[in-house]
Amino acid sequence: MNINAIREQFPILHQEINGHPLVYLDSAASSQKPRSVIDAVSKYYELDHANVHRGVHSLGSRATDAYEGAREKVAKFINAPSPEQIVFTRGTTTALNLVASSYARSICREGDEIVITQMEHHSNLIPWQQVAKATGATLKYIPLQADGTISIADAEATITSNTKVVSVTYVSNVLGCVNPIKELAAIAHRNGAIMVVDGAQSTPHMRVDVQDLDVDFYAFSGHKMCGPTGIGALYGRRSLLENMEPIEFGGEMIDFVELYDSTWKEIPYRFEGGTPIIAGAVGLGAAIDFLEEIGMEAVDEHAKQLTKYAYDVLSNVDGLTIYGPKQDRVGLVTFNLDEVHPHDVATVLDTKGIAVRAGHHCCQPLMRWLNVSATARASFYVYNTTDEIDQLVEALIQTKEFFGYGIE
Amino acid sequence: MELNDLYRRVIMDHYKNPRNRGEMQDESVAIQLNNPTCGDRISLQLQLENGVVTDARYTGEGCSISMSSASMMTEAVKGLKYEEALALAERFSSLMKGADEEFEELEDIEALSGVNKFPARIKCATLAWNALRKGIESQK
Repeated sequence: MNINAIREQFPILHQEINGHPLVYLDSAASSQKPRSVIDAVSKYYELDHANVHRGVHSLGSRATDAYEGAREKVAKFINAPSPEQIVFTRGTTTALNLVASSYARSICREGDEIVITQMEHHSNLIPWQQVAKATGATLKYIPLQADGTISIADAEATITSNTKVVSVTYVSNVLGCVNPIKELAAIAHRNGAIMVVDGAQSTPHMRVDVQDLDVDFYAFSGHKMCGPTGIGALYGRRSLLENMEPIEFGGEMIDFVELYDSTWKEIPYRFEGGTPIIAGAVGLGAAIDFLEEIGMEAVDEHAKQLTKYAYDVLSNVDGLTIYGPKQDRVGLVTFNLDEVHPHDVATVLDTKGIAVRAGHHCCQPLMRWLNVSATARASFYVYNTTDEIDQLVEALIQTKEFFGYGIE
Repeated sequence: MELNDLYRRVIMDHYKNPRNRGEMQDESVAIQLNNPTCGDRISLQLQLENGVVTDARYTGEGCSISMSSASMMTEAVKGLKYEEALALAERFSSLMKGADEEFEELEDIEALSGVNKFPARIKCATLAWNALRKGIESQK
């Protein structure tokens, strides 16, 4: 993998921030976009745009082909059995809310259980709290071990025959750990529950195979994997999708409309009410092409190496605490510097052109479990280098000095 | 952007040696405010008598800017009438928007003027002042 050739393809990286070359270490929040994705979106608008699934005219056909072509790319990318099992959404949040609001609300009753973990992002936690409140089902948490990971034994003990839904993130956006989704899915199925996966952090890095994982729903966002914002996807098992009611009603999703009743289109269209995010889907398709050209194995390996490197060099910084396990991390390191609040860390780093995330990372329950109010996080993607991680470490040492000795 | 514009010595002094930090036993009003985007939170307690802020204390968690601002604010408002305290909060807002405000006897507060060059941090500086406003307005 030629890192310089890859960096060349990202126009945004070649600028100075506060007088320093940009070091972008916030891809877990949102990745940057290669030229090919930016061009695909503008070319679509310059040449092919019209509304989809209705125009008899040529542009209408071209727009529909572009949109459905993107769906085929997504299906192939995560090895879904067919494109109809890919619902385009606004992102992971909307996808998870669709499963919660449509599927889970219709099947959960008092006495049923929904099982998640305390490392979930708010988008894979609040929708389930709401389902529990609305249906009387009980929300249960698989406990976290000392290093933040979950154990199969704990999962076995938490998931019971009353469990209807298990929903867990594939990769934690704070701890960076990879959860044993395939094993969890097997436990869920053995108990008659379905398995839902938040794939927001895993899909940008790993080769995902929804059939091999044997999961029932898998949600992810385009903007964390070189695609545009505002587009994401939900994969669903066909038998489940076909029996789910839409949660948004209007154009594009109907079959027949009468005065007092209507029927829905087949899947996936019944879940895509209104004019869809056509250009976003086209951009997501281009992002998949970009990643596949590098090869997901190489993308994965690059982030793993950077993360291991970052873990090692950051471990050597005095007074720096890293959260989460040492092994098997994907793409990020979350940390705190003693005596310096993460917002202050992020501001100091920003003056040196280094972008990191500081805050609770939409994981307030996990922050409480870690017993911190906030943390700083550096995250890595295809365009990052070990040299950038060295700059981060240097800047963190300076931050410590500034806050430690800058005042007496 | 220069770090020293933001992290002036006096700010760091208030951060490391906070004034009026801790619980009050006999407060007239207590206000909890969060900054949900970043997790900063403050609990401000005010003692209010005859239209005057007679005492102010706070607890909370946050960055150097939010906590030093709380420390300075509690020092500044003690002894002020409601209107004076609210006017001071108003002037602090203007300072954060880049206005040239002078805080004659309260030079410490003026040290926070550098925050306006760091837009992402303005909410940190105004958290305690918003709590003050809320507390006084609840008594009106």
